[in-house]
Amino acid sequence: MVNKIWGFFIVVGVLFSFFTGKMDLINKEILDSCKTAFELVIEIFPVIALWLGIMKIARVSGLLKKFSKILEPLLHFIFPEIPKGHESLGYISSNMIANLFGLGNAATPFGLKAMNALQELNEKKEEASRSMITFLVLNTTGLTIVPTTIISMRMLYGSSNPTAVIFPCFLATLISTLAGLILDRILYYRSLSH
Amino acid sequence: MSIYDVFLEGAKESFDFVLRMFPCMLAMVLGVNIFLKSGFLNFVFEFMDPLLKILQVPLEVLPLAFIRPISGSSSLAILSSILKKYGPDSFVGRMASIMQGSTDTTFYILTLYYGSVGIKKIKYSLIAGLGADLIGIIASLLLTNFFFS
Repeated sequence: MVNKIWGFFIVVGVLFSFFTGKMDLINKEILDSCKTAFELVIEIFPVIALWLGIMKIARVSGLLKKFSKILEPLLHFIFPEIPKGHESLGYISSNMIANLFGLGNAATPFGLKAMNALQELNEKKEEASRSMITFLVLNTTGLTIVPTTIISMRMLYGSSNPTAVIFPCFLATLISTLAGLILDRILYYRSLSH
Repeated sequence: MSIYDVFLEGAKESFDFVLRMFPCMLAMVLGVNIFLKSGFLNFVFEFMDPLLKILQVPLEVLPLAFIRPISGSSSLAILSSILKKYGPDSFVGRMASIMQGSTDTTFYILTLYYGSVGIKKIKYSLIAGLGADLIGIIASLLLTNFFFS
């Protein structure tokens, strides 16, 4: 799937630029992309290091276990394949809590640890497991209570009521999250019958 | 065990993650940028203009709806230009704000997380992610109409 889409992006992009005479622009874009990717990784690197350090303290001190206890009934329903008390549940809870409160920076390292823990449970190491897919669907729908970036952007452009969109925004992410979870279940059962 | 050592031990793990992430990020940024900068999408949007007039969806939010799952930074740039042009308290400005918040950047998240653990076959992840995005976008159109018109 990713193969096809990536190929599609490149082929269509290059051909379209060629026929509209923008090849020089694409050349520049290729070099710029390398720089952008590098900057993205470099930007996120220290944040990941910081939060992984804090996370380790939370794990050793037992705080992580407490976190996962809070959400355990819900998580057990969403992730039926993860055994009770597995450490991935703690990371998943931390990731969900960070996302809910708009701490995107902290959510990423927690999510990476969660994926690592889920990979330990995974039998086919190159294939996404059911729990991984569910976990990433939850992340791609970005359930959040306060969309901090959007509010700050609305303030920047002089909105008289920057927070007016919070509630509808929350409803929209709630709907896309529920839809994602339902879709994930349906696709999982369909993949079994194939 | 000292708390300082525990912190260092955790922070050290970041090297592995970052090394495994870079090639995937590079591939994704390259593909997405070539596609977006080629102008192919604008070409498609022009054809869809009459259809949108019937559906009463402002043309300006269409690129946002398409690009939202593909690139976070590009969709923020589009949101910012909409807010600047129409004002954050206009109907279009509110619709764009809610749309931006309705979902997250599916491509980026899948690339980043699967790349970090070396997963190659992602099965139905993308269909589930994009399906949820589509429903989120439709929900944000309906919710804006419900709350602000």
